[in-house]
Amino acid sequence: MHVLVVEDDRETANFLQKALKESGHAADLAEDGETGQSLAEQGVYDVLIVDRMLPRLDGLTMIRELRGKGVRTPVLILSALGEVDDRVKGLRAGGDDYLTKPYAYSELLARVEALARRAVPEEQETRYVVDGLVLDRLSHRVTRDGEPIQLQPREYRLLEYLMKHAGQVVTRTMLLEHVWDYHFDPQTNVIDVHVSRLRAKIDKNFEKPLLHTVRGAGYTIRDGPA
Amino acid sequence: MALPDRLSRAVSTTAFRVAAVTVTVYLLCAGVVVGMLLWQTNRILTSQVLGTLRSEAELLKVEAQSGDRAALVRAIETRSRPGGPGLYYLGDASGTKLAGNLSRIPPEIAGSAAGGVFRYAPDVANSSSEQLGVAIPVDVGGGTVLIVGRDVEEQRRFAGEMGTVYFLGLGFLTLGGLLAGFLVSRVALKRIETINVAARSIMDGDMSRRIAITGAGDEFDTLAGNLNAMLERIEALMSGLREVSDNIAHDLKTPLSRLRNSAEAALRDARGSEAYREGLEHTIEEADELIKTFNGLLLIARLEAGALEKSAERFDVGRVVRDVAELYEPVAEERGMTLIVEVGEDPQLTGNRQLVVQAVANLIENAIKYSKTAAAAGAAADATITIGLRDMDKVVEIAVTDRGPGVAPEDRERVLKRFVRLEKSRTEPGTGLGLSLVQAVARLHGGSVRLEDNRPGLRVVVTLPKRGDDR
Repeated sequence: MHVLVVEDDRETANFLQKALKESGHAADLAEDGETGQSLAEQGVYDVLIVDRMLPRLDGLTMIRELRGKGVRTPVLILSALGEVDDRVKGLRAGGDDYLTKPYAYSELLARVEALARRAVPEEQETRYVVDGLVLDRLSHRVTRDGEPIQLQPREYRLLEYLMKHAGQVVTRTMLLEHVWDYHFDPQTNVIDVHVSRLRAKIDKNFEKPLLHTVRGAGYTIRDGPA
Repeated sequence: MALPDRLSRAVSTTAFRVAAVTVTVYLLCAGVVVGMLLWQTNRILTSQVLGTLRSEAELLKVEAQSGDRAALVRAIETRSRPGGPGLYYLGDASGTKLAGNLSRIPPEIAGSAAGGVFRYAPDVANSSSEQLGVAIPVDVGGGTVLIVGRDVEEQRRFAGEMGTVYFLGLGFLTLGGLLAGFLVSRVALKRIETINVAARSIMDGDMSRRIAITGAGDEFDTLAGNLNAMLERIEALMSGLREVSDNIAHDLKTPLSRLRNSAEAALRDARGSEAYREGLEHTIEEADELIKTFNGLLLIARLEAGALEKSAERFDVGRVVRDVAELYEPVAEERGMTLIVEVGEDPQLTGNRQLVVQAVANLIENAIKYSKTAAAAGAAADATITIGLRDMDKVVEIAVTDRGPGVAPEDRERVLKRFVRLEKSRTEPGTGLGLSLVQAVARLHGGSVRLEDNRPGLRVVVTLPKRGDDR
């Protein structure tokens, strides 16, 4: 995956570049909005990571102009601000996801990978399949090895999101944002409880676990070890 | 203070200026009134004199018409005796004076048919002192000239004296008014000076200082009362701020030193070992907790400073409450608690949905946290958490009730403040910002938070107006 990091703080930028490289991705750096924009226009990147406060051309304007020129590369906005308003503004400008500083790198990585997947032209998949687990998006039915599994509506949506990102790490915050549409930090382990309920339904009576906990990061559904 | 200085200060006060303007306007009015009074007095007196003269003229005319000129001359002479009030002149057609105490026809009257005012020298003494008279000519026929008049010197003097008295009065009025203005301004100055003195000592750092209230119930007392109330509010805010910064210092120092300790401990472990990894992970967890605290603080600060309009939308509160409750239901169940949702109606509310979600979530998390003891005690009935929503015409009330230890009445105000955690819960995980955030959200929406006794347990009621702030 090829990532462009547009960030004026050199230390943060270098940290991101190094970390992304270690995670197996290539990362280019741009220190201001204009450089970022001209690099992004080449269209070689899978994801853009854009800081909101940038010299010469601020992040939101840069994204708006890129979108105006037809550049559809997914954008993750980084911001020191972090009110609901700012999030809405960022998404309205054409950003695809929003992360408030300071953030955990695992959170950033999970989001960047989720965004990169979205960029792959996604023909409306009607079925998600992971090993013997099948989620039919048309009939809203879930089966494992042909056996039907009864899920509550929320559990269904949780599984749907996890399976959509099968093989990728999905963080608790991402689940809270996409499955519940909530943007806050719960002080209790709510998401864990919901995931373990789901796990009890899809993994309990089967030999091979599919829903894995990724320590310090979140969850992933995949065929094979986490 | 030197007197001229005091005087100039007094003169430059608003009270004195108001007095000066009032006195001036009053003087002008009084001047006009006095002038009119004098003029009218003169007119009345003159017309009285004229009336008298006319009736006398009628009498003399009758006498003259009897044809006896000598009798007329006698009559005039009788009337002209010194000490009498009248002035007379009787002359024949050739201009020779026949009788009377006027030496000649007053030039002012000669040729006038209606008569009028004239000056004459009383022929008795020195001719230089002229006196004022009023006279009318009387037509007695036969070329005889008869002038009947009255001396009005008395009247003139009376009018003059009246004028003097009036103007003296005006003078006194001016002086009195200015003096009153001066005194009033001095009283005002004194009252303002007490406010200034208090303000200066407050500026010097004596925040508990207040402005004395005299009890007169006047505007100054109202002003002092308002200023005192303002100072009260400022002091409360400042002490709140101080408490917050003290608490920040304390509550951030503890996790920071924990973070430092775990990093140091990890450093001692062999690089790449499981303990090393765990130590670093623990360090990151501690850092994340700190970040959460900072984010919470920032959010509260922004809510307290912010306006709602930007992010306001219309949404169904009933659904929000039900959804958040649904999110936490498994958590409660896992801990042996029962979450009951009592949402009858589905009122619509204008506000920030995300913030209301977070407020409700905080309340439920608190309830779950503090119900633990009851659940641990094994009394299942005591581990019930109720989330209620009531539609009350203009507002909605969201009430979250637990059956935990509750909050003592004296602490209820305090626990809404940032970082305030009661001693018994200091050991529990948490940032101490939950209820502060709930309060900030409620206030942003123009609502309020109150804590009640659930006997046993705590009942937190959040009141939110349906229509934002009605601004």
